[in-house]
Amino acid sequence: MAHLPRPTLSLFLVLSLQIIFSAIAFGSDFQESDEEEFSEELLLRPLPDRKVLAHFHFESRAPPSLSDSHGRHHHLFPKAIAQLVQKFRVKEMELSFTQGRWNYDRWGGFDPISSSNAKPPGVELWAAFDVPQYLVDASWKNLTHTLSGLFCASINFLESSTTYSAPEWSFHPSSGSLRYGTLPREAVCTENLTPWLKLLPCRDKAGLSVLMDRPSIYRGFYHSQQLRLTSPEFEGRLESGIVLKQTLTVVLQPDSQGASNTYSSETKLQPSWSLSSIFGRKVTSRCVLAKSSNIYLQLEGGLVTELENVRKENVISWIDNVGSEGWRTNPFFDLSVNPDSVLREVNSLHGSSSSVLYEYSVAKYSDSRPFDLGLKWKSPVVWSCPQAPLHASRFLMGSGNERGAIAISLISTGLNEHFLGANIVEGSCKLEVDIFQVVPWYVKVYYHTLRVFVNGQPQAVTDVVEKMRVSPSEDKVSPGVMELVLKFPCDVKSAALTLEFDKGFLHIDEYPPDANQGFDIPSAIISFPNFHARTHYFEDSSLKRSPMLSKFQEKSRVRSYSEVLLVPLTTPDFSMPYNVITITCTAFALYFGSLLNVLRRRVGEEERFLKNRAAKKAGRLAQLLSMLSAKIRGKKWEHPQSPSASSSFISLKLIVKVVLVTGIAIAWQYYSQ
Amino acid sequence: MVLHCYFHSLGHSRSKELKGNPITFYADIVNAMLIRATGQNLQMEYTRSLKLLDHVKLSEKPGKIIPSGDIAALVYLWNPFTIVACVGLSTSPIENLAIILSLYGACKRQAPLAAFGWVIATHLSLYPAILIIPMILLLGYGTDTPPRKLFLQRRNVEVGDNPPNDRCCEREEVVHRSEVPHVFSWRPVIHFFCWTSLWSVYVLVLCGISVKQYGGLWELFKRTYGFMLTVQDLSPNIGVLWYFFAEVFDFFRNFFLIVFHGNILFMMLPLAIRLKHRPCFLAFVYIAISSMLKSYPSVGDSALYLGLLGLFVNELADMQFSFFLFCGYVGVSLLSPVMHNLWIWRGTGNANFYFATAMAYACLQIILVVESVSAMLNHDRKLRKPLTELQDGKN
Repeated sequence: MAHLPRPTLSLFLVLSLQIIFSAIAFGSDFQESDEEEFSEELLLRPLPDRKVLAHFHFESRAPPSLSDSHGRHHHLFPKAIAQLVQKFRVKEMELSFTQGRWNYDRWGGFDPISSSNAKPPGVELWAAFDVPQYLVDASWKNLTHTLSGLFCASINFLESSTTYSAPEWSFHPSSGSLRYGTLPREAVCTENLTPWLKLLPCRDKAGLSVLMDRPSIYRGFYHSQQLRLTSPEFEGRLESGIVLKQTLTVVLQPDSQGASNTYSSETKLQPSWSLSSIFGRKVTSRCVLAKSSNIYLQLEGGLVTELENVRKENVISWIDNVGSEGWRTNPFFDLSVNPDSVLREVNSLHGSSSSVLYEYSVAKYSDSRPFDLGLKWKSPVVWSCPQAPLHASRFLMGSGNERGAIAISLISTGLNEHFLGANIVEGSCKLEVDIFQVVPWYVKVYYHTLRVFVNGQPQAVTDVVEKMRVSPSEDKVSPGVMELVLKFPCDVKSAALTLEFDKGFLHIDEYPPDANQGFDIPSAIISFPNFHARTHYFEDSSLKRSPMLSKFQEKSRVRSYSEVLLVPLTTPDFSMPYNVITITCTAFALYFGSLLNVLRRRVGEEERFLKNRAAKKAGRLAQLLSMLSAKIRGKKWEHPQSPSASSSFISLKLIVKVVLVTGIAIAWQYYSQ
Repeated sequence: MVLHCYFHSLGHSRSKELKGNPITFYADIVNAMLIRATGQNLQMEYTRSLKLLDHVKLSEKPGKIIPSGDIAALVYLWNPFTIVACVGLSTSPIENLAIILSLYGACKRQAPLAAFGWVIATHLSLYPAILIIPMILLLGYGTDTPPRKLFLQRRNVEVGDNPPNDRCCEREEVVHRSEVPHVFSWRPVIHFFCWTSLWSVYVLVLCGISVKQYGGLWELFKRTYGFMLTVQDLSPNIGVLWYFFAEVFDFFRNFFLIVFHGNILFMMLPLAIRLKHRPCFLAFVYIAISSMLKSYPSVGDSALYLGLLGLFVNELADMQFSFFLFCGYVGVSLLSPVMHNLWIWRGTGNANFYFATAMAYACLQIILVVESVSAMLNHDRKLRKPLTELQDGKN
């Protein structure tokens, strides 16, 4: 716990007068809350593996619209979103477009950003509605279509009941009105970012969003663009209206031209970076419509500990080293710009050390004096990010295209010893893990084959599984959903779950264009209900509250997403439909024809008829021949009957037939015209 | 006696493999016993009718008439298809049991048993519903005989030989001697219908009670019979419909569903007209056709009709292509696991490899059905030939 020193505050007051005014205005608004607000923030964080995390946070608020629900004029809040909320009565919604996979090992798994902004690849959408139970599905379908139009993405594929599911308790507490769907293969590109930016009042023309230079953003290792909507007004809380949080989380690799001294991984110098080097742009001005426009530089707990260890040699703690130079320079790095204030995390759970936040206000910078924060590393430093108690990964087992098994492996990160103290008080120490997994119907999971291994030893399922809800998949109707609550002993080193499945066979139209690539099974969500990712920063002024920091303070579960699985399915030959249809039909036509022929054949009559014809056609010689052949075959030769009578009879029959057919043809012609 | 030895040896080898799940195994044993009993019944009738027709050269030599019941039971038990279906714990032995039970009951003219078998078979796999025609014929006319016309012809010949003064008493004697059941007896058929309705009501009530909380009977029908009729599962099996419906264009799907199921029904009437004097053989043909055209065929179905084929060894002795068919069956049953392995497990083959074997198998079945029907009709002609010659000679 460190109090912000008084000179800092005075300096801050002097330097950012404008912000104070706006903060006062904000404070007065907070009582009335009848005006729309917008704020923009950017968090930068150096990551241990030489990368930089940039987290944009834009928040718009609209006052409650119950008084004048129709024909409301919106100043800042995007009208499309307000209409969407009103029309479909969306209580809560989250839509994310993600590319790349969040690296929980290196980028952390226990902070608010990793638990709420690390998302599975592709599109993830969940929404809770304030409608009667039987209308939820219809609202969901309409919502997916609307969002699909709004964001130029194929979110409308989530309309089909095979793609979405209704988690009951493991994902998000809601009373059955929540729907959850993912599209793991959705490609995310600028066409999705542009409509997202359009929802901002300044678009990307001014403010922090200027930094979103498309090539540099999409060059990153991870890119997640998220839109979160809460409208508590449906829940009866009238004091706040719709809140729209738009976040963009990118992990970028700064160019490492500066770090060239050593190449051993341990002591390699982190690459120095600046805003202009990682984004290619500088912040020239704030968005004038924004209440607050701040940039934060976050130093994680691990890094701060390293810094303090070095500083311990000097008697004075580096944070108490009063004066602006103390923040700007330390043995590890130099900052190019002096921070306006320094915030320190309070009541950190991690025990070791608390993170530090440098705050910069963009308001005082202009075109002539653009803001370009730079961080120059001076000496190599190694630290690690806070981890979730268990590291989850998921993989496939088995070979061949008929069956297989899904395995979820949870490996202790070794950090849960820190948390043991908190839980051991309750009695027996148990580590609770929630798993939520949706499997598409063509992967037919046999849930009775669930097996649990703890520390490599097979365990009875009932010993570990506290609660379980399974809704099996139904072919072409609904996906299989599994929700599990597991309780492990706290000293668990590793745990694994396996589920066997059969692979389904699809109609050729149901395969995606590149069928041989395989099918994606959406990520499983592993959450730890007893662990909450919250970072509370000490702020002395209650007037000025940053929306991003207050979001960090919210109590949210530690959550991580597993990998997306790629299941290869058997493919039929896509070029064969005509061949298959013709060959099969030919075979069955042969069956039909030959069987009918066998049934109606009368051998005796045929023989007689053949003989008649032969006698009729040929002369004496043929008759002799037939007699001879009959002799050879040992049959009694019959003399052909007089052909004249039969021939006249046949010709009469023929004429009758011809007349009949012509009559039918004429009648047909006549009536069809 | 021989059969019992086989039972023993086979029972030992199979029950070891089954590891304590002997239901299918015992179902197969019961199947074989019922087939044997049916076969003995048929054979008795066959020899009797041959005697009636005075086919001295056929009926005299006892070695010529093969004990078809034993043959059929052995074919059924030693058929690799039966063994595979049993070891694979398929439910087809139980479905087969219901079908064979109904056939046996009808042969013995026990209407309750026949009705029970038919209702259970229909309940289990729907396709045996078409067996109602052979059932009625079996109960109405009795087991397989040569065409009734022959008996009449024969009688005419006999009557024609006799002097005209005591014709009436002679005819009575002939009728008494031959006991030709050429009159359709309605009594057992009506019994059969009563029992059928009783059993089906019973089954439906039981089903209704058990599925009451899961959506009722309609849901049951939709999920079971609907699943069979609209071929929804496209996993590979030994039939051809899975690949056909995986490839066919969606807007033709319903049309082809109707065509393929209609194909089973279309042939019912012509076959029934032509083979009405041989209801058991008619049942065999129906079973073969439905196992060829059904939506999810299995080797268990083939095992059933191949076993029943053994019942007609005497009649079908001079069937064409029998060696070719035998080789074909062996070849297909060896090749198709290989192709399946290549396609599914190794990924070196593609679906067409396996489909080719399935197609060949379908063709073999088609040839088998057509040739057996043809051979049976030829056999009837052969029986008629001496009579016609006799008549011609007399004229």
